[in-house]
Amino acid sequence: MIEAIGLSKRYGAIVAVDNLSFSVPPGQVTGFLGPNGAGKSTTMRLILGLDAPTSGSVTVNGRPYAAYRRPLFAVGALLDAKAFHGGRSAYNHLLCLALSNGIGRSRVDQVLDLVGLRSAARKRAGGFSLGMAQRLGIAAALLGDPPVLMLDEPVNGLDPAGVLWIRTLLKSLAAEGRTVFLSSHLMSEMSLTADRLIIIGRGRLIAQTTVADFLNGGSGNFVRVRSPQAAALATLLKAQGAAIVLETDDTLRLTGAPCDAVGELARANGLTLLELSAHQASLEERYMELTKDAVEYRMAERAPAPSPNGGRS
Amino acid sequence: MKAIAAPRPSSSPLSGFADILRSECCKLRSVRSTYWMLLAAVGSNVALAALLAIFLPRQLSVHEKATIDAVRVSLGGLHVSQIAFGVLGVLVVTSEYDTGMIRATLSAVPRRRRMLAAKTIMFAVTALIVGTGAGFAAYFVFQAFLTGDSLRTSLGDSGVLRAVTGAGLYLAVLGLFGLGLGAIIRSSAGAIAALFGVLFVPQLITALLPHAWQDTIGPYLPMEAGGAIFTVHQDAGSLGAWSEFGVFCLYAAVSLGAGFVLITRRDA
Repeated sequence: MIEAIGLSKRYGAIVAVDNLSFSVPPGQVTGFLGPNGAGKSTTMRLILGLDAPTSGSVTVNGRPYAAYRRPLFAVGALLDAKAFHGGRSAYNHLLCLALSNGIGRSRVDQVLDLVGLRSAARKRAGGFSLGMAQRLGIAAALLGDPPVLMLDEPVNGLDPAGVLWIRTLLKSLAAEGRTVFLSSHLMSEMSLTADRLIIIGRGRLIAQTTVADFLNGGSGNFVRVRSPQAAALATLLKAQGAAIVLETDDTLRLTGAPCDAVGELARANGLTLLELSAHQASLEERYMELTKDAVEYRMAERAPAPSPNGGRS
Repeated sequence: MKAIAAPRPSSSPLSGFADILRSECCKLRSVRSTYWMLLAAVGSNVALAALLAIFLPRQLSVHEKATIDAVRVSLGGLHVSQIAFGVLGVLVVTSEYDTGMIRATLSAVPRRRRMLAAKTIMFAVTALIVGTGAGFAAYFVFQAFLTGDSLRTSLGDSGVLRAVTGAGLYLAVLGLFGLGLGAIIRSSAGAIAALFGVLFVPQLITALLPHAWQDTIGPYLPMEAGGAIFTVHQDAGSLGAWSEFGVFCLYAAVSLGAGFVLITRRDA
């Protein structure tokens, strides 16, 4: 369980995290979403005590991170995959971290096996691809077999097999009762991995909900009906309180009435249905809808068109 | 909530610190730069001692041979090896900041001063052992390569044992000075520049001052204060070998102290 209460962080004039309160429950994968610059990484740094909050507090399983004498047993974190000394072997990198918490060499071998780095364990980590570096970072997070895992963009740089591996690993870790907290800007990945979502923008909390509730709440959910008697059907549905948009002469797009009700209504009135389908907004659409005001680095609305000759001046 | 944590080792504060020491020892041993720096330091000490023993005596007049500080000459390699020790001391801290490793380190050891203390101890012990070894190696190699007896000394002579042992002390304290600056500045290039700036620049500036001033200020300049410990024939105006070395230690202590204060006050 990670709990933040009124967490704020200010760097000079920039407010990176603004009065953020949330909780990450155990036994689930909680996704941490936000546009670039929203404050996701800063929040994770605050959780680990790497940065001191300007105000507010955050605890891990009821204690501030700095109060842990051997924190690798409490929290496994991956903030920046490339944050290791390139001249050190993967094995020695993990051993240095493990020794500081009284963890033995056999556990280092175990986590290397777990992430599939055994064959590269003695090579200099500086030569690792981003995918291997991510695996090394995850191995470090697993050293203390911690009940809380926190990963910043863990699928970055992984190939499809690696992504699948991470997704399966995180789900199995959560199923064992652990708290899994991961940030990502890859919506499709999040919709496959996460059970709950915490969404922030410009350092503020936008939503804290389950993935299912989040998807159901948006304006992108509608029912499409195609019928030769569209006008008659529209009149009946309006009487039932549904909101209707006429897409073409015979196609209605409606919200406020589930598919079942539309089907029953059509049958009861002898109307022909050619299509009846429910559309749910993707996580991506819902996310864009919610964060459109909070995007820090928005692309210029009307960027000048590139010159045809592509010349650089 | 289901508890899953692996069995914990005993967590007395003392065993906790021993674990952090082990971790820092592992860090020092598992990068090549440590070995290169120490090899360069020992190698330059020994090689320069041999060259000086072979070539210097034939260039000195009889008067010079009688008055020269032969022990200090035999430790001439220190001018090179001090750079290696200073850089290594800086790197012990700054390599973590340069690579981003510091975030993993502080996530594993959130008590930052304990981490820095462990680094300081590990480096000090290593530097003292290797530095002392390098000092004695240089001294004996110099004696072995001397052909005449004019520059020969014995460890039993007054001040000689102190000066040869002092070489290791000087190198270790200089490295600690660098380690402190590394913790303050947190970048390799900046901290190395600062260290050698502080060591060399005051020396150059005071060379422009009148002699009387030089004698007064000299013993308080870091490099000159540090050098007294491996000098047998002290300059006029010297505070004495150990007092001047104390001044040198003070510089290192101030930089380390500032490092220890700042490390908990700043975001990593």
